[in-house]
Amino acid sequence: MSTLAHQPQTGTFRNAVGFEVERVRADFPILASQVNGKPLVYLDNAATSQKPRVVTEAIQRYYDEQNANIHRGVHALSMVATDAHEHARETVREFLRAGDTREIIFVRGATEAINLVASTYGRKNVGAGDEVLITAMEHHSNIVPWQILCEEKGAKLRVAPINDAGELLLDEFEKLLNERTKIVAATHVSNALGSVNPVYRMIKMAHARGIPVLLDGAQAVPHMPVNVEVMDCDFYAFSGHKVYGPTGIGVLYGKAALLEAMPPYQSGGEMISSVTFEKTTYNKLPFKFEAGTPDISGAIGLGVALRYLMDLDSCKVAAYEHELLAYATEEVAAIPGVRLIGTAKEKAGVLSFIVDGVHPHDVGTILDQEGIAVRTGHHCAQPVMDRFGIPATARASLAIYNTKQDVDALVAGIRRVQEVFA
Amino acid sequence: MADLRDLYQELILEHSKAPRNYKDVPDANRRAEGYNPLCGDHYTVTLDVEDGTIRDIGFQGTGCAISKASASLMTQILKGKTIPEATKVFEGFLSLVTGKAPANGNASEIGKLTVFGGVSEFPARVKCATLAWHTLESALEGKQDVTSTE
Repeated sequence: MSTLAHQPQTGTFRNAVGFEVERVRADFPILASQVNGKPLVYLDNAATSQKPRVVTEAIQRYYDEQNANIHRGVHALSMVATDAHEHARETVREFLRAGDTREIIFVRGATEAINLVASTYGRKNVGAGDEVLITAMEHHSNIVPWQILCEEKGAKLRVAPINDAGELLLDEFEKLLNERTKIVAATHVSNALGSVNPVYRMIKMAHARGIPVLLDGAQAVPHMPVNVEVMDCDFYAFSGHKVYGPTGIGVLYGKAALLEAMPPYQSGGEMISSVTFEKTTYNKLPFKFEAGTPDISGAIGLGVALRYLMDLDSCKVAAYEHELLAYATEEVAAIPGVRLIGTAKEKAGVLSFIVDGVHPHDVGTILDQEGIAVRTGHHCAQPVMDRFGIPATARASLAIYNTKQDVDALVAGIRRVQEVFA
Repeated sequence: MADLRDLYQELILEHSKAPRNYKDVPDANRRAEGYNPLCGDHYTVTLDVEDGTIRDIGFQGTGCAISKASASLMTQILKGKTIPEATKVFEGFLSLVTGKAPANGNASEIGKLTVFGGVSEFPARVKCATLAWHTLESALEGKQDVTSTE
């Protein structure tokens, strides 16, 4: 085949929704930088996203003008800081379409959110002989906390299988639900494969048997509007830094009735309402789960990031990204000697691939020389790699500021990899 | 800016595609496993050491071009060397890839391993270049734990 036949097919990407990507790019200062003498092509968004100027400015403003501890002082600054922190909680509630801010717990990230549920709800409700059901496409953060819990309790961790495309086998999932299953913990979108799980049907199946469902939304919220009430999930976890917010802040949504019945997670200040040496009464929701001084600037930054995304119209964002992913999939799959890992019908944001005869690490180094940032390795999902019989993949992952040009640069970069290793 | 060709020299690419001594040494009396879980590089190094001399050495496993070529060239250059000689080569190689010795500055000690001089410009890849060597070190010291350079 001639090389010409595999040149980027200009015109197949139309930006049908008319998303103003150049205006968005201007909001992210880092995108104007150069790496290894080339303009930065940032395609490692599933690891962490870049931050718009409004987010970093809000954090700076907080420290310059509003810094004080929250929920404690009667002085003016403390009240300003408390208001800003709680305003961020209200923004998160709106973002997730949750019913009540009492259901929004600030944590360090999705990992801590899952650990919180495993070590409180899990420890209280999972006993010897019980089962916890996860899927074969989980990130380590949605495997290990449950493994530890099961080990401690003498319970069993069950894993719902996936097919060769990286799609959950829903029938098998349903068969694994039984009277011993105490909780289902599943990812909304796979970080290694990009597969979108059929979460509505999964939740329905679990609820039909009275089993609560936790969703790991870390890779979902950057790419699609989420409505926890319509989904009817019991817990929803996500990290701020993957959705244009700062690192160190994340969210656990939980249904109020479940959170009320759960024992506290960490203990200390803030999470109490009264302490004597004889007895401590815990604070009300959500503060019961927020011991110690929280990441105030992080919460404020996250609130601003989510507002930024909502102002962009998340449906339009999702449509644009969807079209860009389809274009990237078509272009990368058309390169001879490149294999896509994860070809689910429903996908979001992620393009994992293998270049024949070249280890992903070498792919990553060569792309980096072209200014292209991708992730290489097992993506904290070793069981997924094992499922496909590979040690690692290279992963390009998209965000709202990526363009057709970024995808074309990736395709040219992969061709460069093949030249070096020819 | 570091040049890609400094890292992926012809000899490195050639060894990564056709590694030498890619075998489990029969009657090996030294053996160790090296594994970098983050990148997935995984090798076993086996040796037959008699009277303080490496009579035979081999490696098997999977990994990136840098780690595989490094393992291959390591086995080629160390076969027939005494343990003190091998240790000296290892030290020379380490100082080369970590940028402590000038490229080609210690060519007399490490011979064609100087092709790895470019690695020092790519700090993220030093762990790839050194995995087989640290695994070798573990094998010689009789360590049981899996070696990692991450």
